[in-house]
Amino acid sequence: MLGFRLTRKNIPTGTQPSAIKRAEYASVEVPQIIGAATKKLAVDRRDSHPVAIELRRASRSFGDHVILRDLSLEVRRGETLVLIGESGCGKSVTTKLLAGLLEPTSGEVLWDGRPVRGRPENEKRRDRLRLGYLFQGAALFDSMNVFENIAFGLRENTTLTESQIQQIVHERLREVGLTDNVIHKRPSDLSGGMKKRVGLARALAMSPDIVFYDEPTTGLDPIMSGVINDLIIQTQARRHVTSVVVTHDMNTVRLVADRVIMLFPQNGLAADESQIIFEGSPHEVFESDNPRVSQFVRGEIRTRLM
Amino acid sequence: MSSSLSTVVPKAVRATPIHWVGRLSIELIIAVGELSAFVWILCRWLMARLPRSRVLWPILYEVGVRSVPVVCITGLFIGMVLAVQSYDTLSQLHFQIHIGSVINGTLVKELGPVLAAVMLAGRVGSSIAAEIGTMKVSEQIDALQALGADPVAYLVVPRFLACFLMIPALTMVAEGVGIFGGWFVSTQIYGVSSHHFWSFSDRFVSAFDVITGVLKSMSFGAAIAVIACHRGFRCGSGAEGVGRAATEAFVASFIAILALDFILALVTIQLLKLLLALGVQVT
Repeated sequence: MLGFRLTRKNIPTGTQPSAIKRAEYASVEVPQIIGAATKKLAVDRRDSHPVAIELRRASRSFGDHVILRDLSLEVRRGETLVLIGESGCGKSVTTKLLAGLLEPTSGEVLWDGRPVRGRPENEKRRDRLRLGYLFQGAALFDSMNVFENIAFGLRENTTLTESQIQQIVHERLREVGLTDNVIHKRPSDLSGGMKKRVGLARALAMSPDIVFYDEPTTGLDPIMSGVINDLIIQTQARRHVTSVVVTHDMNTVRLVADRVIMLFPQNGLAADESQIIFEGSPHEVFESDNPRVSQFVRGEIRTRLM
Repeated sequence: MSSSLSTVVPKAVRATPIHWVGRLSIELIIAVGELSAFVWILCRWLMARLPRSRVLWPILYEVGVRSVPVVCITGLFIGMVLAVQSYDTLSQLHFQIHIGSVINGTLVKELGPVLAAVMLAGRVGSSIAAEIGTMKVSEQIDALQALGADPVAYLVVPRFLACFLMIPALTMVAEGVGIFGGWFVSTQIYGVSSHHFWSFSDRFVSAFDVITGVLKSMSFGAAIAVIACHRGFRCGSGAEGVGRAATEAFVASFIAILALDFILALVTIQLLKLLLALGVQVT
């Protein structure tokens, strides 16, 4: 098959942004016809990449309420894994377990193949800095302004001088498409989309290897959703990070995913069924004939399938 | 902790008094255990490192300086009310010249520390619980962790230090203003001579009383900070959860203040007897 090296300069205008991202990330020979074949190639190539983070038979419950049961999944270095599923199925809990913000009730979380449990607190905190997290509501500290929010991680964990910190903050703001005049604003003065962008700038401040996005487009208008999707792709392209995206937004799945996992609420499953009811490429998720998957993906109003 | 013990609590709630007592005891043990674990973590962080001045100073200002007006106003009125009530009783016994010792003794030993602590619990304790609770509900606590800051070290340690270090000053402000209020009413309204007011105060109120009062207030400050922060971290979801955390923080710290006050009053009196028996000069 005829192939050529796709770089920023020779990308045809109007090309799917995810293709730009993949090409820039992997810098591999991609076929001229960008479509399912490209996606397949990208997925296959990443299978050989080392596992960055992993859940091994992890369960998590809150009181008597079991959210996750015996869940095992791997995130490979460099890939963009998208978690989908209805509200309350445990997507956010899964990402918090992966990011070490919650501990599993049973089972293991592994970072670079080593269990997180049992690591000294200092080491855990240092390792966690390699993970950036964009929270659902952005979770900006509302007692601080935009600058202080983005500078927080740098001030807490590094010995950088104030001018170096300023430089990084300005850089990150530009990266997420914001101008310097938001720097003194309080989070309460920002719109939803701006909050998400500042949240992303804050998550990227420490130059993490792995970025988690918890429902990045929820509550935003379609244009802002597009902007955020684009930012995820750009971040991936620019920084070659591993990304885990939790979303309900099928556009996000279509645009950013290398691999999609669909979770199903534990209480709707038989005791021996896995909570992962689908795993595959974004192309496959839209083609799936599993009724639980296709109902979710197409947003069909039917009786909820159990 | 609650999840591991939740199996002990029977699921079907039975209503006999024995079940009720049992359930209450388990809840109490869980609450005390959680609070102790929380204090243990706090102590470890207190020993590990002190908060940065950029974080600590604004909280010291908020807890200390911004509480001065409310502490002054309550102190003043309590001093004046004490004067009115004690004059009424003392004048019937023709002991009104002793009024200074009653007002100042009560203020320095009991009312000053307790009042400052109650005002702190109402003004600062509930706001700490609401602030931390809101941060928890809006995932800001998770964000702190994700950005490499420990929530206890970053949120609890400076608030604990602020309450612990600022309450002695607030107590002394409350006492000073209260004494002025009492003096004003006694001498300017009831005509007790200033000389008698101060000389009887001097005779009945010792430095020991002032120091133990101030030390007592530090234990109140510590209790308020621990309870308020703990309630904040245990906050339920949504606006209702935050509101409840704020209320619970105030009620629990208020009870803790009174209980501690009772225990410490017994302890100080025993201590005073011991010191006198050893022949130490305490006045």
